[in-house]
Amino acid sequence: MVVRSPFLRTVRLGISSLLLHKLRSFLTTLGVLFGVASVIAMLAVGEGASEQAQEQIRQLGSQNVILRSVKPPEDQQSNQETRVLAYGLTDDDRARARLTFPGVRDVVPVMIIPEEVRHEDRMCRPRVLCTEPDYLSATGRVLQSGRFLSELDEQLEEPVCVLSFEVGRYLFPYESPIGRRVRVGSEYFEVVGILLPRVPIGQIPIDSGAEVSGDMMIPLASGRRMFGTTQVKMRSGSRDITEVDLHEMIINVERAVDVPMIADAARTMLDREHREKDWEVVVPLELLLRAEETKRIFNIVLGSIAGISLLVGGIGIMNVMLATVTERTREIGIRRALGAKRRHIVIQFLVETVVLSGFGGFAGVALGLAIPAVVEATAGMPTIVTPQAPTLAFLISVGIGVVFGLYPAWRAAHMDPVEALRHE
Amino acid sequence: MSDGSTPDAVAELVDVRRVYQMGTTTVPALDGVSHTFRRGEYWSIMGSSGSGKSTLLNILGCVDRPTGGEYKVGGRGVSTLTDDELSELRGASLGFVFQSYNLIPQLNVLENILVPVMYRDEWPDWAEERARTLAERVGLAGRLDHRPPELSGGQQQRVAIARALINDPSILLADEATGNLDSRTADEILEIFDELHAEGKTILLVTHESDVGERAERILRLKDGRIDAIVENR
Ligand SMILES: Nc1ncnc2c1ncn2[C@@H]1O[C@H](COP(=O)(O)OP(=O)(O)O)[C@@H](O)[C@H]1O
Ligand SMILES: [Mg+2]
Repeated sequence: MVVRSPFLRTVRLGISSLLLHKLRSFLTTLGVLFGVASVIAMLAVGEGASEQAQEQIRQLGSQNVILRSVKPPEDQQSNQETRVLAYGLTDDDRARARLTFPGVRDVVPVMIIPEEVRHEDRMCRPRVLCTEPDYLSATGRVLQSGRFLSELDEQLEEPVCVLSFEVGRYLFPYESPIGRRVRVGSEYFEVVGILLPRVPIGQIPIDSGAEVSGDMMIPLASGRRMFGTTQVKMRSGSRDITEVDLHEMIINVERAVDVPMIADAARTMLDREHREKDWEVVVPLELLLRAEETKRIFNIVLGSIAGISLLVGGIGIMNVMLATVTERTREIGIRRALGAKRRHIVIQFLVETVVLSGFGGFAGVALGLAIPAVVEATAGMPTIVTPQAPTLAFLISVGIGVVFGLYPAWRAAHMDPVEALRHE
Repeated sequence: MSDGSTPDAVAELVDVRRVYQMGTTTVPALDGVSHTFRRGEYWSIMGSSGSGKSTLLNILGCVDRPTGGEYKVGGRGVSTLTDDELSELRGASLGFVFQSYNLIPQLNVLENILVPVMYRDEWPDWAEERARTLAERVGLAGRLDHRPPELSGGQQQRVAIARALINDPSILLADEATGNLDSRTADEILEIFDELHAEGKTILLVTHESDVGERAERILRLKDGRIDAIVENR
C-alpha cells in the first residue's frame, strides 16, 4: 500500500533509508542515546538526594533555631584516672533565651540520656530525649495514639514516656505499647503515647535490635531526677565524667522572617556567655536555602554536561548525515529530475536526521528511566524522576536533529541536478 | 522557424548555447542550436561521443539551463523560471529515462513509479491505479513489490519508463536508454517507445547507435555542439 499523507510517506521513506544501514544508523544514535540517558539518570539521582536532604532539614523545622552543645576539643591530654568535663548549654542560657529574644514562641530544652531501652528480652538504643510538652508543637511531630508529655508529668516528675513509631513497633511487636512499661537503664517508664512516623509507614525499613532508629521522650524533670546531668563513661581504665545541662535547645520562632535575627542573637549571646566554643547554632532555614543553592549549582553543572554530550551527539549525527548526502548524491539528482523541489529534498533529509535523533532520544529516555530504578533497587538510594526531565530530554534530542540536520539537508538541496545525476 | 510559436510546438530551441567553464578555458558543449520539436514527433538525437547530445537533452529536460539563447517548453521560456518552477515543470511535463535506469533502491517498483507524483502539490486519486496500469502495460504486473536490485536491467528500464509516464508528460526524454541492455532487451524497450509514439507521445531519444536511431521518425544529428544534419527516416 502506498501511504497517502506526504509527511508519513517521508517518515517511512526516512526509516527505510536508515534501515538500509542498520548498524551505522544505530551507532549514530548512540551519542544522543547515552547523552539523554545519563542526564535523566543523573537528574533523578540528584533530585532524590537533594529531596532527601531537604526533607531531613525540614524535619528540623524551618521556623526553629537549634542550639546544640558541642564537646570542646580537649587541649591537654591528661592521664588522670578520672576526668570531669562540664560543657554545653546551661539552664541559664535557656532562661536568657526565653526572656531576651523577641518573637519567640517556645524554647524547648532537650537532654539526651545514653541508656538502652528494654522490654522483656527486646532491647534497642533510640535517642532518649528528656524534654518538655512544647517539644511536640515545636518539632511539628504528630501523635498516633495516646497523649504527649504534659505539664503535670513535668511537675510531678512522672515516670512516663512517649515512643516514636519505630521504637514502639520494635519493642511491642504483638500488642499496643500504650499502658505498658519499658525500662531505661534501671528505671521503668509507662508508655502514654506513640508518635506518627515521619515517612509513610511502608517506607520504614524493618530493622532489628540496636539498629532501630527513632527516639523516645520522657519529662525533663523526671530525667534529671533519675539520671542527673552527669554522665559517666568508662574508657580503657579511665573514667570520663561529662556534665551537660542541656544537649539541645529548640528555639521555636513565631514568624519565619525573624529566624535569621534570632539566630544572630543566639550566637551573640552564647559567644558572650561561654568561655569556650562548646555550642553550635543550627538554622534549618539557612541549611534549606544552602541546599537549594547547591541543587541549583548542581543543575547548572548537569545542564552544561548534558549540553556538551548532546552537542557531541548532534555533531556525530551531522557527520553521518553529511556522508549520507554525499553517498546519495545520485538519488538526489534523480529526485530533482523527477520534479522534487529543494524543499522536498530538505524535508527528506531533515526528517531522516530527526528520526535518528528522535530514536536516540526515545531510547535514551527509556534507558534513563531504567537506571534510576536499578540504582534504587540495588543501592537503596532514593531517586526522583520528574515528568519534565524525560519530556524535555526527548524534545531537545528532536531539536538536535533539526539543528544538526539543517546543514546536510541544505547541502543536499543545493546540489546541481546535472552534476548530481552524473555522480557515480 | 520564426519567432511566433507554432501552435503544436512542444519544445523550441533558439540559438541555444551551453559553455562549461573548466578553470580558465571554456568548453562550448552546445554552440548555437536552433530547432523546434512538435507534438507527437519521435526524434532520435545522434552524434559521436562528446558531440553534446546529453547536454542538449538535459536542457530539453530542464535539469540544466542554456548559458545563451532561449529555450521554451510549452511556450514558456525557461530562463525566467525560478528553481521551484523548473522543478514543477520537470515533474509535470517532462518524463526522463536514463541509461542506468536510476531507480531509487530503497523503494519498491510501485513506489518508484509513484515518485514523480509525490512531488505534486496534492496526491491525486488516480495515482495508484494509474501506476498499476502502467506497470501492467510495460509488463511488470507481478513485480510491484520487488525492489530494483531484484530486477533485471530490462525490467528496471521498464519501471523507469512507467515512472516517466506517471504524470502524463508532454515529452518523454531518453538518454541512451538502451545503452546498458543486450540487443534483445533493447528491442523490447524500443517497441514500447514505438507503441507510445503510435499513441501520440512526443519522444526524444538520445543514442549513438545507428540501428537505435533509425527506429525514430527523424534523426537530429549533432556535431561539435551544432546541428549537423536532420534526417527523415522512412
Ligand atoms: N560538467 C561538465 N563540465 C565540463 N565539460 C563538460 C561537462 N559535461 C559535458 N562536458 C563537455 O561537453 C561536451 C559535450 O558533452 P555531452 O553532452 O556529455 O556529450 P555526449 O552526451 O554527446 O557524449 C563534451 O566535450 C564534454 O566533455
Ligand atoms: Mg552522453
